[in-house]
Amino acid sequence: MEIPRHWRLKQQRYSLVGEVCPHCDYKIFPPRDVCPNCGSEAKEMYPFNGKGEVYSYTTIYEAPSGYDANAPYTVAIVKLEEGPMITAQLTDVDNADVQIGMPVEMVTRKMRNDGDERGLIVYGYKFRPRLTVH
Amino acid sequence: MTDVVIAGIGQTKVGELWDISLRDLAFDAIQDAVKDSGGLKPQALFIGNMLAPNLSNQAHLGALIADYAGLAGIEAMTLEAAGASGGAALRQGYLAIASGMLDVALVVGVEKFTDKIGPDVDTALATTSDSDFEAVQGMTPTAQAALLMRRYMHEYQVPRDGFAGFALTAHANGVSNPYAMFRKAIKLETYTKAEMVNEPLNLFDVAPNADGAAALVLTRRELIPTNFAHSLVKISGSASASDTLALHDRKDVLYFETAQLSAGRAMKQAGITLNQINFFEYHDMFSIYAALQLEAVGLAIKGQGWKLAADNEIALKGKIPCATMGGLKARGFAGGATGVYQAVEAAAQLRGPAGTNQIAGAKYGLIQSLGGPASTAVSHILQKLD
Repeated sequence: MEIPRHWRLKQQRYSLVGEVCPHCDYKIFPPRDVCPNCGSEAKEMYPFNGKGEVYSYTTIYEAPSGYDANAPYTVAIVKLEEGPMITAQLTDVDNADVQIGMPVEMVTRKMRNDGDERGLIVYGYKFRPRLTVH
Repeated sequence: MTDVVIAGIGQTKVGELWDISLRDLAFDAIQDAVKDSGGLKPQALFIGNMLAPNLSNQAHLGALIADYAGLAGIEAMTLEAAGASGGAALRQGYLAIASGMLDVALVVGVEKFTDKIGPDVDTALATTSDSDFEAVQGMTPTAQAALLMRRYMHEYQVPRDGFAGFALTAHANGVSNPYAMFRKAIKLETYTKAEMVNEPLNLFDVAPNADGAAALVLTRRELIPTNFAHSLVKISGSASASDTLALHDRKDVLYFETAQLSAGRAMKQAGITLNQINFFEYHDMFSIYAALQLEAVGLAIKGQGWKLAADNEIALKGKIPCATMGGLKARGFAGGATGVYQAVEAAAQLRGPAGTNQIAGAKYGLIQSLGGPASTAVSHILQKLD
């Protein structure tokens, strides 16, 4: 059971909280305290709005251990509206309907089970097709 | 700095070697390399391995393999850089000799993929990606390559079987390599009809996981006896570079900057330019990676790397022969052993004769292994000494 490791990442997993660089305004996800754009210290919290689009994707049929409950599922690199890209599963969508450029929005879903009834359930962000287009 | 030369090479067959254990595999390769070197005695053992702690429940390979190979007492450690572990071990061996601190170093790459089977292997491979932000999402290295390939095909209008040439060349070259896992040439039809693994990547776009071990004995040029049995191969350039671990953090997801930086530094060190490279052993774990490496290293313009394969320029008789002994695709993906296999094959190529796969007059070979989607790259230039 890996509780501390996942617990430390609650803000990122449930609320998409990253950082914004006070020097160059670059939006950073996940937080890393050093701005990857300008190299200065960046410790200011920044909540992403959860909107983005599909940069690329593929469907996984043979899942790694713990993820088979969901298989086949589609994983994507999503470009968030504020700039950074993240890796995420897509949800509430037919695998066949996914397209590059599809507008998506963040939701909180079950990532995996640790199997046994006393195991940890890991929750985190997934992305679904945007219900209304802004 | 002193000239580092390859005194001995050794390798095992690559395949699903159910009967051979991790330690026996390493020992086989070591025995062959030491014998090939004329019996040089290593003072250090540098091991390239990715996943033994996970797949075989065995960490601390330095002590294990030194002991098992009858070398207990020498310094021994593992270098890990995912798929570039073998390259990293070679780099370490190179640095040890080049610095003048050691006289003889043994570099061994070893991997036992078949110690586990099924989803546990995918989970193990995913540890080479960002655990907290990629693996946790159920992403696998193969799925990553697939979505890279999809984006690449989308941006550059690549036809459906644009990547076929990589598999065709690899398999054709594997025919004459007795150590390769696959030794049959394939037809274009076989590629186009192949089953999808993760769309758009099909069965022939992925190198299969396999067991294998390869080894090199490195030493200083002055320590080679005058009646040495082989032509001398020098390591003229050695460099490594790292990029963001997570693919999604890249400035340009479709540019393998580590391939450019490490190959560039190695060539600068060797004092050569790209057009002097006679062959390229790339890390074709996925055909898309081969295309991206060709572009980043400078052999093709961005978005055109696939054409070098489609136009057969990577074939033995082409402009830039690649995967001359089968590459990862026909050799098999032997994990952390890959970088050392590349060096062993390049050395055999340069020493000559390399049989049917001989590149006539080859003087310089570029070898490059990658960790993840080029999160790490290790490049070496091997040179035939007259």
